Amino acid sequence: MKAMHRSRYSALSLVRHALKEMPWRRAWRAATPQPHYDVIIVGGGGHGLATAYYLAANHGIRRVAVLEKSYIGSGNVGRNTTLVRSNYQLPGNTQFFEHSLKLWESLSHTLNYNVMLSQRGQVVLAHGPAQLDVLARKGNTMLLNGIDAELLDRGEVMRLLPYLDYSSECRFPIYGGLLQRRAGTVRHDAVAWGYARAASDLGVDIIEHCEVTGFIENQGRITGVDTTQGRIHAGRTAIAVAGHSSHLAAMAGLRLPIESHLLQAFVTEAIKPFVDHVISFGAELFYISQSDKGGLVFGGHIDGFNSYTQRGQFPKAQDVAECAVALIPSISRLRLLRHWGGIQDMTPDGSPFIGRTPLRDLYFNGGWCYQGFKATPASGWCFAHTLAHEEEHPLIRHLALDRFERHNGFDEYGLGLWPYRQ
Amino acid sequence: MLRIPCPHCGLRDYTEFQYGGDASKIRPVHTEECLAPWHDHVFLFDNPKGVHREYWQHRLGCRQWLIIDRHTATNVIEPTTRDPTNSDLMNSDLMNTGRQP
Repeated sequence: MKAMHRSRYSALSLVRHALKEMPWRRAWRAATPQPHYDVIIVGGGGHGLATAYYLAANHGIRRVAVLEKSYIGSGNVGRNTTLVRSNYQLPGNTQFFEHSLKLWESLSHTLNYNVMLSQRGQVVLAHGPAQLDVLARKGNTMLLNGIDAELLDRGEVMRLLPYLDYSSECRFPIYGGLLQRRAGTVRHDAVAWGYARAASDLGVDIIEHCEVTGFIENQGRITGVDTTQGRIHAGRTAIAVAGHSSHLAAMAGLRLPIESHLLQAFVTEAIKPFVDHVISFGAELFYISQSDKGGLVFGGHIDGFNSYTQRGQFPKAQDVAECAVALIPSISRLRLLRHWGGIQDMTPDGSPFIGRTPLRDLYFNGGWCYQGFKATPASGWCFAHTLAHEEEHPLIRHLALDRFERHNGFDEYGLGLWPYRQ
Repeated sequence: MLRIPCPHCGLRDYTEFQYGGDASKIRPVHTEECLAPWHDHVFLFDNPKGVHREYWQHRLGCRQWLIIDRHTATNVIEPTTRDPTNSDLMNSDLMNTGRQP
């Protein structure tokens, strides 16, 4: 496996290409499968690519293949609302997501690829004193862990976000909020492309249009995969295909605590800069930000019953639009430009699974519910560590696949045992 | 819009219903003391990309619970030969709660 000579992106390279009208080189090598790898990662989404990159960069494991059934960027990494934040409360989650946010903060430099991190700040709104108490507790947890958090009263929210509905007829009056200034958005496609390019430069084979059709099992060990491009052997095999985790795990004979659900997201027509933070509504699950192109990007709850359709139900689109207008009445005349449905893994406690499986040399990463995108760097970092050391990274020990058997459910939002109600 | 055939009210919008999860699972008997079958029953899902047998309650209608077979990749509801109000439901989770043998 030869590492490609890296051509670095820089202001100078931009000028040079513009002057010479040189075509840009492929960002990553087109690879064909070798017969054997140290590690095969099934799934070329954000988590799979990040895992491959950190395996090579942090652990020196470069005989790695990433198998993607479609093209890089075609899955959920290119179909989300691009938010990053670390305002989580439960011990374990707080540290994991803060590690992720710290990795986001240096990611453009690490990868030599501009992922366009915009730390515009996120405000979670409270619509009553009890809700503000909960946010205060969360903010204190964050502060105790060295994470920035500011509790805002109604006046402070009004100064920061003057365009929200503060009228007396408002259905959910705004009482206050919790601000994390370091939270924000990242250009999602750039994350996939950046990790793919950086991993490829370190010798990782990124194999697109290669669908896994089965696992090779040998006396309780997984020793490789069968694919549409032939059989590939591996020392260790990792699954990172959130959305279709159950489907793939079933090929290895595993049943998972996961259901697949449909989440819709929406983009309006572009307007001038208006919503300059990420805002989370407190009365419903609803979050909104403005993209660099000017469109308002927002989303809400899953549709509520398991689905692989990738096509949302209209009543949920209506719910989300009602939330948007309840929060910001002035956007009621905006037209929706785009709207899509992505399939995500939902788990009984709303938390993901990363780590070993009951089968030797088979590792699993999935079940991300609403949290997949913001977790991408830390997930890859910790999963790579787990694959390299055959033992879970300390930051993900609470996310084991067998946690329900050990009565260690990890329920950040306290919603209970139903994947479809998370 | 997904529309669900209610045996009592006819074909109605899914927004009148509450989803109730996987109906293909068989609940362990109450005397089962080993935790493994309970864990599997509560926490593990087949999660098929295909036909899924599931509970719905016609919450904003007749309030009956029913079982349908729905294809999860197309939302097409398979015609059922069973009477959805029959003993399938009586053997289910929903009717068993709290009952001791």
